[in-house]
Amino acid sequence: MKMLLVAEYRDGKLLGSINELLGFAAGMAAEVAVFLVGKDDTLPKFAGRLYLAEVEKHLEYNPDGHKALLLQAVEKEEPDLIVFSHSSYGWDLAPRLAFALGASQISEVVAVEGGGFIVPACNAKLRRQVKSLTKGTVLTLQVGAFPAADNSDTPPTVVPIDTDAAPLVRFQGYEAAAEGGVDLTKAGVIVSAGRGIGKPENVAIIAALAAALGGEYGASRPVVDAQWVEHNRQVGTTGQSVTPKLYVACGISGAIQHLAGMKKSEFIVAVNTDRDAPIGEIADVLVVADLKQFIPALTEKIRSL
Amino acid sequence: MKILVCMKQVPDMESKFKLSPGALWYDTADLAWRMNEYDEYAVEQAVRLKEQVGSGDITVLSIGPDRIKETMKKALAMGCDRGVQVADDAAMAKDPLAIAGIIAEYARSRDFSCIFTGMQSQDRGSGQVGPLLAEMLGLPCVTTIVDFAYNAGEYLVKRELEGGVRAIVKVKGPAVFTCQLGLNTPRYPTLPNIMKAKKKELLTVPVAELQKLAGQQETTRIFFPEKKGGGLVLEGEIGALADQLIAILKDKTSVLA
Ligand SMILES: Cc1cc2nc3c(=O)[nH]c(=O)nc-3n(C[C@H](O)[C@H](O)[C@H](O)COP(=O)(O)OP(=O)(O)OC[C@H]3O[C@@H](n4cnc5c(N)ncnc54)[C@H](O)[C@@H]3O)c2cc1C
Ligand SMILES: Nc1ncnc2c1ncn2[C@@H]1O[C@H](COP(=O)(O)O)[C@@H](O)[C@H]1O
Repeated sequence: MKMLLVAEYRDGKLLGSINELLGFAAGMAAEVAVFLVGKDDTLPKFAGRLYLAEVEKHLEYNPDGHKALLLQAVEKEEPDLIVFSHSSYGWDLAPRLAFALGASQISEVVAVEGGGFIVPACNAKLRRQVKSLTKGTVLTLQVGAFPAADNSDTPPTVVPIDTDAAPLVRFQGYEAAAEGGVDLTKAGVIVSAGRGIGKPENVAIIAALAAALGGEYGASRPVVDAQWVEHNRQVGTTGQSVTPKLYVACGISGAIQHLAGMKKSEFIVAVNTDRDAPIGEIADVLVVADLKQFIPALTEKIRSL
Repeated sequence: MKILVCMKQVPDMESKFKLSPGALWYDTADLAWRMNEYDEYAVEQAVRLKEQVGSGDITVLSIGPDRIKETMKKALAMGCDRGVQVADDAAMAKDPLAIAGIIAEYARSRDFSCIFTGMQSQDRGSGQVGPLLAEMLGLPCVTTIVDFAYNAGEYLVKRELEGGVRAIVKVKGPAVFTCQLGLNTPRYPTLPNIMKAKKKELLTVPVAELQKLAGQQETTRIFFPEKKGGGLVLEGEIGALADQLIAILKDKTSVLA
């Protein structure tokens, strides 16, 4: 089994996600090569060939150029699997490469089983086993699904690559996430509001429980997108990552992008009307109840302790 | 300006799913259906673009069985001008390549200046249809956009990256964009617009006319994730539940000490 792993470079740094890809490859005892548009001062550590293109020339976001570069590496390696992280870089580039190769792409793989790949469906309520019908296959791996490999001490053998393919889009630079306001990462208790709160007025009942517990309130993405709560209180992949002593998820289904920001909390309580909500998978306690009744009752009792 | 929006009808994710082992997917009986959440942002952005340029024509395309027409009517009520249902009872079983291939076949000869899709569908969630479609049509594509501006044939968009950082990208049309949650605030169709939508054109094209590509992957098993156990499930009367939870928090955490 031969794999080509695609490393990512952002804001002048190599991202740690390559170690999960290396861990995935090690788990399958695969022979690996790595592809990177980056710089030779921060290279992934593994024993094998590294196809390296200069980031100054090819930029951090330039999917058409990166696709052309990747095609060169694929031609040289003829890998069985080309593996990306299911990240903003990976899900953008993987389908373009798969199409150019006539290979199938399987997205957000969480496990390998019986010659197929397991992927989540329906907001993690279901799993599918998917098999590729093409010779080569492109995968994106769910972040955190595979253990990171230990870094090897052997440096890779660098194979420089280059292209003059013209970019179709023009990357202008980054804009930082909005900063300031509350720092959730310092809170000992976080009570978060999800779409299940139903209307903006109900943020108050979540905030009241947070105050009674001496903590802060947070939110899932739809509550922030609807502007019921400011962005710096959003928990998840595109918000904050938190590890409080207690996390109370109220009316939150438990999408992977939310879990990524809070699953390392010491104790997790979920309040949800849906007994099958995926948040139940990681909650220490799932209270099956309507939060509009349950949370005020709980707050009242805690206040009078 | 001709605009295309791709829209998928999906089940409400709070549904109690049952499996349909023969079909290797969820059972479609007794489900509530709605517009894929990501596609609501796509429809809204298309309507805003048309409003901005002052003229234009928006086609909303959806592949699926007859029930998808209900959801297509919502897109028409939000402001799309015409609906194209690619009638396909087997759409659920198609992989992203086959779906993108059908859309590309429809779009190829029609000169759309701007194509919107959702960044992913809530049920299948591959996130592939938009970029595949762009590759098939030879168009530039920017995925996961959370900000969109148009000026004289050029688009200035922001892609959302991990941690909420955004990448600013410029692109000349025609182009494909995949829409992320929060891109805009999708409107609720008003009653007069719902009435007007009833008179809008809703064409049906048989899938056989547009399907040129075979799929490249197959689902071989569908199952519920194993319950990892450990977690306690509490049910019952509100007051008693609150007492139980307080007892647990006192026992297992230090937050009530
Ligand atoms: C690239 C990407 C990045 C993302 N980043 C993030 C992120 O950083 N953070 C994030 O949160 N999401 C993020 N998302 C969105 C994520 O996929 C989910 O859509 C989102 O987390 C869902 O939020 P929710 O659980 O509040 O809403 P839903 O999934 O709609 O769930 C609502 C829940 O409330 C329950 N409920 C309804 N009424 C009641 C009631 N009265 N009482 C109790 N329970 C009730 C329902 O049973 C349901 O489980 C991202 C998505 C993508 C694609
Ligand atoms: N059956 C369909 N009909 C029309 N558009 C679709 C269909 N399936 C997927 N799409 C579009 O492709 C996007 C991404 O879907 P997916 O690749 O399945 O995650 C969706 O948000 C839709 O815009």
